[in-house]
Amino acid sequence: MPDNPPQMSSPGVQQPTRRNFSVAAIYGIWAAMLAALGLPGAAYLLIPSRIRRKNDWVEAGDITQLVPKVPLEVAFRRNRVDGWRVVSEKSTAWLVRLSSNDVVAYSPQCTHLGCAYHWDQRRTEFICPCHNSVFSIDGSVLEGPAPRPLDRFQTKVEGNKLMLGPIQTSSSRTV
Amino acid sequence: MRKFLGEFNDWVDHRTGLPTALRTFLYEDIPASSGWHQVFGSVAIFLFLVQTFTGALLAFNYAPTPGDAYNSLRYILTEVTAGRLMRGLHHWGASMMIVVVALHMVQVFLYGAYKKPREATWMVGVVLFLLTLAYGLTGYLLPWDNRAYWGTVVTTRIAAQAPFLGAYLTRLLGGDEAIGVVTFARFFGLHVLLLPPATALLIAIHVYLVRKHGVAPVPGDESLPSKKFYPQQVLKDTIAIFVAFSVLFLMAVMVRVPLEQLADPTDINYIPRPEWYFLFLFQALKFFKGPLEVIGSTVLPGLAVLLLILVPFIDRSAMIKVTRRTFAAAAVVLAMVGWGGLTMAAVITTPKEEAQLAIDYSEPTDWMQLSPEELAGAGYFRAENCASCHPLTGGAGVGPDLTRTATHRTAAWMIQHFKSPAGVRPGSSMPPIQLSDSQLNTLAAFLLKLSPENATALISSPDFELQGAIVYQAQGCGDCHKVNRAGQDVGPSLNGLAKRRTRSWVQEHFADPPKLSPGSIMPPYKFPPRDMDNLLAYLFTLPE
Repeated sequence: MPDNPPQMSSPGVQQPTRRNFSVAAIYGIWAAMLAALGLPGAAYLLIPSRIRRKNDWVEAGDITQLVPKVPLEVAFRRNRVDGWRVVSEKSTAWLVRLSSNDVVAYSPQCTHLGCAYHWDQRRTEFICPCHNSVFSIDGSVLEGPAPRPLDRFQTKVEGNKLMLGPIQTSSSRTV
Repeated sequence: MRKFLGEFNDWVDHRTGLPTALRTFLYEDIPASSGWHQVFGSVAIFLFLVQTFTGALLAFNYAPTPGDAYNSLRYILTEVTAGRLMRGLHHWGASMMIVVVALHMVQVFLYGAYKKPREATWMVGVVLFLLTLAYGLTGYLLPWDNRAYWGTVVTTRIAAQAPFLGAYLTRLLGGDEAIGVVTFARFFGLHVLLLPPATALLIAIHVYLVRKHGVAPVPGDESLPSKKFYPQQVLKDTIAIFVAFSVLFLMAVMVRVPLEQLADPTDINYIPRPEWYFLFLFQALKFFKGPLEVIGSTVLPGLAVLLLILVPFIDRSAMIKVTRRTFAAAAVVLAMVGWGGLTMAAVITTPKEEAQLAIDYSEPTDWMQLSPEELAGAGYFRAENCASCHPLTGGAGVGPDLTRTATHRTAAWMIQHFKSPAGVRPGSSMPPIQLSDSQLNTLAAFLLKLSPENATALISSPDFELQGAIVYQAQGCGDCHKVNRAGQDVGPSLNGLAKRRTRSWVQEHFADPPKLSPGSIMPPYKFPPRDMDNLLAYLFTLPE
């Protein structure tokens, strides 16, 4: 906003101190109001919803069927909280028995840009068709632009059944 | 730095002319009489901007279809950060805008500022006022709760009564057969796609006309030196805006905007009421019976609008001092008395008891899924003041956190503990609970349902629900009826009762079941009035 009136000598103009006070008050009040609207607005858009609803554990299969060192892609239905809805959707995971008592489940998306990768039985590696990221059977990055190892589902074993929880990225997992 | 800013300013001015335009705008000459009475227009523009801002934010989390609108609004209210604040600002902002626009019109009317050459400014202003009302009308439907649905049913039926145009208006609003997806899409489209740009354009024309003719002077101004708009008048406008904004913000934070149950076209117990600023029309309609109804619903309001638009052509006298405009003042007083009287009459004749027993769906309503036994337990939990030592909403209490006990205690253990706390847990300072065995049973049933995630939602039910569930449980209604999958199948399930029966029917049925349901083996019941009210309120809010 312009600071100087065009004609300082015109009779409608008050003393400088009163004028300065008015200008400061205008700026101050508008700044306060913009903050009172803008900050909650930013919080509304940027601070994630309080999560009251949790995603349930889902059954992914029988771990006795897993051959050590041979990844198996399994499909299952899970309920996902999507905004104000809970959607039941088909989902997949790659199950791998790394050792006799260590079964892991990878999220089916490449950690680079989210393409679906596949298992190459001949090379015994996971290969992403989009930008040629290559992962080893334990999920670590061997080649390509993938920034981190394959993401894993939280898992727990009930009897012979493998239960899957939320997906954890390797950055939130203790490495 | 100052030098740099000056150069930058010059550079921009040279390319766009905006700084000069702004300067011309701010240093406009205004009459010596200008002052506090002229702040309302600025406040109205500010409120329009607040509505635009909060409306856009709400739209980011809102799905405009009858299937999703209600749930997405509930999501905004119960889960999204600051969602309740945004909805509060938008809701109260709408009401405030009506008030401020009306005040603006009253001021212009009283001062006679619509007179030559400002007729067009006034007429554009009247259209802006109508647009403001149109926002209220179309926005009313968008929460898609019972209030919204039934209010809109009435609105579209009124539009249908308009002479000649009725059928076309109804079709335009998509209300040909019933209020559904088409009506919803039209109302939403009007509210967010058509009305805002139309308003912005008309505001621009309105402000342009104000500037073109200058702020209206009063007799005597010509002998006094004129003032500049900036900064003194801008400060007055700013202070007025600040006062309005503060009131709006406080209302948004402190006055809860309720959300009623999901729109239910089969609800026979609902009493529709329009928003407060349309209540006078609603009431006026009651004076016109039968074939005359169309006069009250469309002819009179239409004539009133026409009269308002034609004001500058009806009163063409010369400008005189506001204090001598007795006729204008009388017209304003008359309009206020008429409006106020009709509104009061409408408020007074609205049945009250329904409103007090309404559930606020802008809160989590997980408690609605509880069985009567569990809900009655929640009632004892509240009546015995258990939360004073065992807060369920987080925070430390004297006693242990009960949201985590369900996993390692049984009902039998709890009941023993309720009767003799220190006997079961040596050293416990909890007093024994003075309730009967069956009451302790229900309390244990409730506690077993608690978990850290659902505790807040489960104890938030209104008192009448808890009291109603206690009556239900005490009378053993569950021995014959089912509610939320708990109880026996001898009598009909009571879920969704509100869909099938009226309150008075159920009340009569209690007194003499076979009279209303021939062949019924239900014994007659006689309750104290309070118990009856609570039980009915409980039964009529059972989910389907």
